[in-house]
Amino acid sequence: MTKFLSRNRHTVQRLGFSFITLMALATVLPIVGTIIYILVQGGSAISWEFITGFPHDGMRAGGILPAIIGTLYLTIGTAIFSVPLGIAAAIYLSEYAKDTQWTRLIRLAIINLAGIPSVVYGLFGLGLFVLFLQFGTSILAASLTLSIMTLPVIISTAEEALRSVPQAFRTVSISLGATRWQTIRKIVLKEALPGILTGVILGLERAAGETAPILFTGAAFFLPRLPQSPFDATMALPYHLFVISTQVPEMPIQIQYGTALVLLVFVLTMNLIATVIRSRARAKRQW
Amino acid sequence: MEKSLNWREFIITRAIKASGYSAVVFVLLIFFFLLREGLPTLSEVETSSLLNIRWYPIENYFGILPLITGSIIITFGAALIAVPFGIGTAVYISEIAPRWMREILKPLVELLGGLPSVVLGFLGILVLSPYLRILLDLPTGLTAFTGSLLLGGIAVPTVVSVAEDALDSVPRAYREGAWALGATKWQTIWRVTLPAAKSGVLTAVMLGVGRAIGETMTVMMVTGNAPVMATKLGSLFSPVRTMTATIAAEMGEVANGSTHYHVLFFIGMVLFLISLIVNVIASSVVFRSKKRAERILS
Amino acid sequence: MKRILIIFLLFSFMLTSCGSADSSADIASDSPAQYIENKGSDTIVNLALAWAEAYQVDHPKVRISVTGGGSGTGIAALVNGTVDIANASRKIKDEETAEAQTNGVTPVEHIIARDAIAVIVNPNNPVNELTLQQISDIYSGKYTNWQDVGGEDRPIVKLSRETNSGTHVYFLETVLRLGEKENKTLFSMDTLLLPSSEGIISEVRQNPNAIGYDGLGYVPDDLKMIAIAKEAGGEYVLPSIATVNDKTYAIARDLYMYTNGDPTGIVKDYLDWILSEEAQQIVADLGFVPAK
Repeated sequence: MTKFLSRNRHTVQRLGFSFITLMALATVLPIVGTIIYILVQGGSAISWEFITGFPHDGMRAGGILPAIIGTLYLTIGTAIFSVPLGIAAAIYLSEYAKDTQWTRLIRLAIINLAGIPSVVYGLFGLGLFVLFLQFGTSILAASLTLSIMTLPVIISTAEEALRSVPQAFRTVSISLGATRWQTIRKIVLKEALPGILTGVILGLERAAGETAPILFTGAAFFLPRLPQSPFDATMALPYHLFVISTQVPEMPIQIQYGTALVLLVFVLTMNLIATVIRSRARAKRQW
Repeated sequence: MEKSLNWREFIITRAIKASGYSAVVFVLLIFFFLLREGLPTLSEVETSSLLNIRWYPIENYFGILPLITGSIIITFGAALIAVPFGIGTAVYISEIAPRWMREILKPLVELLGGLPSVVLGFLGILVLSPYLRILLDLPTGLTAFTGSLLLGGIAVPTVVSVAEDALDSVPRAYREGAWALGATKWQTIWRVTLPAAKSGVLTAVMLGVGRAIGETMTVMMVTGNAPVMATKLGSLFSPVRTMTATIAAEMGEVANGSTHYHVLFFIGMVLFLISLIVNVIASSVVFRSKKRAERILS
Repeated sequence: MKRILIIFLLFSFMLTSCGSADSSADIASDSPAQYIENKGSDTIVNLALAWAEAYQVDHPKVRISVTGGGSGTGIAALVNGTVDIANASRKIKDEETAEAQTNGVTPVEHIIARDAIAVIVNPNNPVNELTLQQISDIYSGKYTNWQDVGGEDRPIVKLSRETNSGTHVYFLETVLRLGEKENKTLFSMDTLLLPSSEGIISEVRQNPNAIGYDGLGYVPDDLKMIAIAKEAGGEYVLPSIATVNDKTYAIARDLYMYTNGDPTGIVKDYLDWILSEEAQQIVADLGFVPAK
């Protein structure tokens, strides 16, 4: 068998390459197809009223503004908690930590946080923020839960970005008399900023699209007005899509696809921004 | 000026050091909470009852075996799809594709990783499940298989990303050596590059599998949620109920502190431990990578 | 980069102010808006939403938020003290009442509408009528093929609501167990437990093997309802407002709202309005049965 394969190895290669290429296409085409499908089906529902109006008639008509705003609030809330903490932790890992058992423990913890199922985060958020700390079903509880979930992503990307800044930058700065923190703040962070930003945006994109963590910690079926304080519950796009596609009878299919489209656009835009930042930074890089 | 600068630097450095340990704090916190609310299960429900095959919490049947088998069979199905397609795509991107194609494909695959699971579940109910029911002549399209297909799609970006990194970091010299000895590109990939990247590819698969086990919304919407023991191969084409969907579906209803509440946290603990074990194994497999970030990202 | 950030912030600010225009009406008026939190049964949720919308038209100072999650969820929330009104499509259980009392909550029951549970099948399914016993046997797994009940040679795919649903519990007690307290029949393990009423509808609509059950208010015209006889040889009856009221339809039930103690203030006003003719008309419009 091996002899046959070796003698005809160029044919085997051609066949093999075609097969692998097909596989790759089979992986990628459904993605494109899905996006186009949702675009086509949901496009007709999109209007200014849809994006800025409140739902009417048992949510079967009108707009999805509260869900959009809710997702916005949750994303901002998540950013507030996870970004400073995440970047600080990344700075520690990249600039201060030595390769000890403790550091390895931290890295293990980060990998673990990244792997925890989203519904377990929801449980944790329910137990700690909603019940124990008595924040109730609120934007606060949901944002805190989402930020712990987003933390590993931000820490890893930020650390990568910081690490990729050449050591020479730091050495020169120190030799000119700057303190470590001054070096980090004025030189390293600045250079690593695009990479860090990419990671932050991709992490927040994930948080914006998640449903399970907010199910018990902050999401509401229907609210008559926008949330006024962090202690209010809120509607949110992913939960709203779940609800209208499974809980409400006679929901026009247009609205379902339209909501899916809005969520998709929200998420894809963030992805696009992150990708653009990343490639722009790579091009401008001076090292 | 000097003094205040030093003082400020000191505070900031301390704060940064504290942040560094925050990840450990959180993991311990989560574990502690799950334990606190989940352990009472062992005193409230007999172990033999937990290992029962019937899950019907409102009549105090707390057998979690069907849920575990449900999660396992879905993950198995998802791995069956994610591994070949994931590794295949990674090989394509890393070894075969021309440069311009690579620049298009990488972001596209990453895009798939960003698709919210609820959107996939939504399409699953509306489009995929009726289609599969007709195509495969099944009693219903809400099956483990449908879930596996979608989960495979969710896990693929993780596998592709990490595996592609692993393949990329194989030194060029390995390939060139093989070519110099007369091997075709194809032979090189399978006999030299891939084996060299073995540990990284394995990590990729484990991370992808970890992602599949933990998925919630998609499976809740398309797998039918029937608590059967999914032990035969044919179970793949029948409805199943996963641990994650159970928690998501039932958590809202439980009274704080009831036995059902504790059992759900117990299941959460089981999930946590499973992902812990998978991650410990994956990370102990030595994998030096420049782009560690992108791995965890997807 | 900074430009993008600024544009993004401006855009979100714009969106937020669009929404606030709605609530600024509250701020402008002299007394602040008051809130009623309403949570619970998914069967009732759309009715509750319709009521909330209609009520708020005439009472703009009262804001009602409505959430589903199942009867169990609503009652649990009442017990935890996080809602004013819990919607339930089943009576509160003894354990829940006990739990409530340890939390200092006294649940008070109000019947706000009545509902028939329709057993539905795909329009292409030739079976039109079943006895209660047959339905029980289907769901407990005794019958697995449509042929067993006079239909085609097809497997029976059983759909049900999740265990947290009041509808589920009611179906268990009244149909599977035929209303007998001693009966311990359970749903067969391969019954699909779908997280919502609508999930059942969409599966039955496109799957000829399926059988499901749902509140009458949820069943659209294009699905077929089964006429049910209480006993073999009895009369087969389709669910409707008439047959629920004269008790010839076998699976009918009351729908409840629970409050903590006797209602006062805006909650009392709201509950009184719910029992008024205007609100009960909405009940009928949505396919439920008015409480009187």
